[in-house]
Amino acid sequence: MTHPAAKPICSRQGEYAILCDLGIPTSSTADLTVQQKVWGMSACLSARDDVLEVVPGMNNLLVIFRSIQHDFDACQAFIHDAWETAGASASPGRQIIVPVVYGGQNGEDLGLVARHAGLTARDYIDLHAQGTYVVYALGSQPGFAYLGGLDPRLAVPRRDVPRPRVEAGSVIVGGSQAAILSRTTPCGWHIIGRTTLNCFDHTQERPALFTPGDTVRFEIQEVLP
Amino acid sequence: MIEINQAGFYTSVQDLGRKSWRHLGVGLSGAMDPVALSVANLMLGNAIDAAGLEVTMGHACVTFHTDTEIALSGATVEATLDGRPLPNWWALSVRAGQQLRLGTVNAGVRSYLAFRGGLAVPSVMGSASTDLKGGYGGMQGRALKNGDMLDLCPMPALTRRNTGFGLPVMQRAPYAHQGDRADQTTPDGETVVPLVHILPAAQWPDLTPAAQQQLVNATWQVSPQSNRVGCRLEGPTLPMQRRHEMRSHGIMPGVVQLPPAGLPIVQLCDGNTSGGYPVIATVIEADLHMFAQLRPGTPVRFALCDIAYAAAITTRHQKFLDDIALRCELTRRRFH
Repeated sequence: MTHPAAKPICSRQGEYAILCDLGIPTSSTADLTVQQKVWGMSACLSARDDVLEVVPGMNNLLVIFRSIQHDFDACQAFIHDAWETAGASASPGRQIIVPVVYGGQNGEDLGLVARHAGLTARDYIDLHAQGTYVVYALGSQPGFAYLGGLDPRLAVPRRDVPRPRVEAGSVIVGGSQAAILSRTTPCGWHIIGRTTLNCFDHTQERPALFTPGDTVRFEIQEVLP
Repeated sequence: MIEINQAGFYTSVQDLGRKSWRHLGVGLSGAMDPVALSVANLMLGNAIDAAGLEVTMGHACVTFHTDTEIALSGATVEATLDGRPLPNWWALSVRAGQQLRLGTVNAGVRSYLAFRGGLAVPSVMGSASTDLKGGYGGMQGRALKNGDMLDLCPMPALTRRNTGFGLPVMQRAPYAHQGDRADQTTPDGETVVPLVHILPAAQWPDLTPAAQQQLVNATWQVSPQSNRVGCRLEGPTLPMQRRHEMRSHGIMPGVVQLPPAGLPIVQLCDGNTSGGYPVIATVIEADLHMFAQLRPGTPVRFALCDIAYAAAITTRHQKFLDDIALRCELTRRRFH
């Protein structure tokens, strides 16, 4: 396998962790092909005895070791080795259907984002629900999935001032990303609907609903006036 | 069983945190001052990661409904047991019906109350710690309220009561910044500014050379907006020579982020597992617990170090805890 890109950039993040950035330097969005490589490397590096865990990010990964790593060059060498040998993750992931009640009190920003996109609310919903999204990584809050695949026409800048409290299950868009809020928290993204699906159940053996590599489709359950 | 009569400003159940779940977006939580909780547990012969109470800024009250043994550590707080003064860094047996009251905190922020055997709360992903944002761990994932009852892990009775012992070794503990030490030889009118050691991180080279100097030369102040999530610092704004859009990436407790406004934030126990702000440095693990005891307005300084220094300090801390463990074990032979 050949890689046209330069080797990923590694940097220390404290005594125990190394951040490895695979992203295209000139782009601020995450690339799916690069992300598949991130998943492949994560699987490969997680299997090492000296690695506590690997946290995939958006076209990057944080490798957390069990003990203090004195030799940065040695770590960088085997991370580069994993980059060269690990295949892009072949696992197709599961497909998860997310039923959504769009609009009304469940999606108070729907009118605003539709106007921004120059679409009717119904067209905005249809485009949102027609898309196939990919779970790139989890982070920020328990079970929160960073989704790629939002139709560029639906992109909308985040709110200037975050709302202090947005309900868990809110279906949101911010910038070029789509997501589902897994916990009730402050949030600066726009709310277009609500799902009853629980993204994170700490009582389950696999507490997070989503896994990186899963595909997600939104299903229109109802549209509130 | 224990009863929370007065929960105070913010009291929660904590152990040493939830490790290796960051890939699911699950943060560390845990005691902000893991050294203080560990020592309190060692004083009782517990595992260092037994669950105890973290009390923020004192003014809390607990009644014991069973005979047990407790240890108090962390901030310098006015404490009484049934009205009689109780020293800090102190362990003793208590009887059912007795009441512990924490009053004014004279130095530091967070007190730790450990119980023999530890608090019995369900383990969530391997930890008893309260994750407020996640809504799990500790007491139903929330801060404690007046009237809450908490079970203790059952333990065999001691053959002899612990009438009380303290740890004079704590005079040499890494709490120099608290300024409450008898052996301290600080000139009058001069306060001890805590010094936190940092390692450069990914965006360190993106700071201007002047900003790199300012980070370590300035005396920073802890902002009132600081909490268990992060410590915001006030001081000179740090310019970057280039600023690129960052993709979200995993972050650890201790990372020093620089948002566009140019004032650093140190991510702490309840910090996010991922972020997009530039990471200019990371606080070494051995110094991170200091933030647990820094009040708003407190000065703090940074010093650059290298990995060899960080490792040497970690080894020294481990030895310090090992020494305390041995000292406590020898003392506790009297009670077993």
